[in-house]
Amino acid sequence: MSETAPHPRLLYCHCQYAQVVPKEVKAAVLEQLCQSGTAFEAVADLCEMAARRDPALKRLAGTGAVKIAACFPRAVKGLFHQADADLDPQSTEVLNMRTLAAGEVCARLFATDLAANVPTKASTKPENPAP
Amino acid sequence: MALRDSSALRVIVYEGPGSDPLPERLATITALLERGHAVTRTGGDRPVAPADAAPTLVLGRFAQAPEFSGTTAEWRVRDITTLNSAQIADVVESTRAELGAARHGEWKPWFPVIDYDRCTNCMQCLSFCLFGVYGVDGERQIQVQNQDNCKTNCPACSRVCPEAAIMFPKYKAGPINGDIVSDADLQKEKMKVDISALLGGDVYSMLRLRSDKARSRFSKERDSDKALTERQKCLVKLAESGDIPPEVLMSLPSPEEIARRAEEAAAKARAALEPLG
Ligand code: SF4
Ligand code: SF4
Repeated sequence: MSETAPHPRLLYCHCQYAQVVPKEVKAAVLEQLCQSGTAFEAVADLCEMAARRDPALKRLAGTGAVKIAACFPRAVKGLFHQADADLDPQSTEVLNMRTLAAGEVCARLFATDLAANVPTKASTKPENPAP
Repeated sequence: MALRDSSALRVIVYEGPGSDPLPERLATITALLERGHAVTRTGGDRPVAPADAAPTLVLGRFAQAPEFSGTTAEWRVRDITTLNSAQIADVVESTRAELGAARHGEWKPWFPVIDYDRCTNCMQCLSFCLFGVYGVDGERQIQVQNQDNCKTNCPACSRVCPEAAIMFPKYKAGPINGDIVSDADLQKEKMKVDISALLGGDVYSMLRLRSDKARSRFSKERDSDKALTERQKCLVKLAESGDIPPEVLMSLPSPEEIARRAEEAAAKARAALEPLG
C-alpha cells in the first residue's frame, strides 16, 4: 500500500509525559529533523493534546498527506479521533518510535513516497475473515 | 483539573527570508517541547499546517520584525537574536500565560482511548468504571468523557472489554498500548469475569485495607456471603494480574460510595442500551 505523495507534512511527537518511547530514539529523530533543513511540526505529547481535545489536532490532521513519528498507528488514530480530528487513512503514515530504530523512522520520514498504514475497520477486524 | 477544549500555544520557529538560522535549534525546540508547547519549524519547500485560531508566537532572529497577515488569532512576534534556549523557553512560557493558551505538565495524560473499529458498544466499560470516565454521546455511542477522572496507570477497564477495544497509549505492553490485537490476545484479554460481580464495594474496601484486622473483620462479617466471595476472587484476580496498581486500590472511595457509583454507572449503561423509542 504505497502511493506517491510529494512533500507530506511531518509531525513529531515528543511523548513528554511518559517514558514509553526510548529516549535515544526520540532524541535522534528530533535531531535529524532539526538538521534536515526541512519544515516540520513537533508536539510535546499527542496524548495530552487528545485529552484536552486540543483544536490544534484538527490543524495537524487536516490538509493533505502527513507522516507522524509517534507510537502505534492504532493508538495515534484513536487519539486523533478522540479529539474529533480524524486522520485520513489514505494519506497518513505513522512511524512507531516504540518499535523502530531512529534510522528507520528518519528514512521513512524523509522518503518521498508515503506508505499509508493507519488501520481501518477492514484491516483491524475483517467482517468476512478468510477461510 | 478540568480538561477543556483548550489550545496549546503554537510556537513558529521562523527561519526564512528576513530571519537568520537559529544556532541552538535542537536545544531550543527540545526546551519548548519539554514545556508542553506545539512547535512549527519552517524551512525548505515542505508545507506546514495552516494558520488557525490558536494563540501563536513567531520566533526568529529578525533584522526587522516582519508583518504577518491573514491570521485570526492572537499573534505575537518576538526577536530572539540575543537569547539562549533556556531564555527563549522562559519568554515563550510568559507569552503562553499572557495569551491564555493551555497549561501543561500538571497531569499525566493517562486515559482510555477507544478503538471504534473494534468496539461493539456493549457498555461493559461504562458499567465497570466507578469514576465516571465513560459516557455516551447523543447517538448513545460509548465515549470517553472525563479523561482526567481516570486513575493514573490503571488499565483495568481495558481488561473487561470483550473486544480488546480499549487502549492506553502510554501502557507498557500490547495490545493495550495500541499494538495489533492478535487472536491469542483477544482470548487473553477476555477476563470472562461477571462485571456485576465485581461491583461490590466491600471487595474494594478489603483490598484497600489490607491489614490483618481488616481482613479478619471482613471474613467474620462476610464469609457466609458466597456472592461476595465470588466478587472478591474476581477483583483479587484483576489486582494480582498486575493491572491495578496498589496506589489505585488505596485511593478508592468508601464502600458505600463505590456501591452508589456502581449503581449509577450501571443505570447509565442500561439506559444507553435501551431501544430508542
Ligand atoms: S501519541 Fe504515543 S508517542 Fe505520542 S505521547 Fe501518546 S503515547 Fe507518546
Ligand atoms: S467494553 Fe469495549 S466493546 Fe464494549 S463499549 Fe466499551 S470499548 Fe466498546
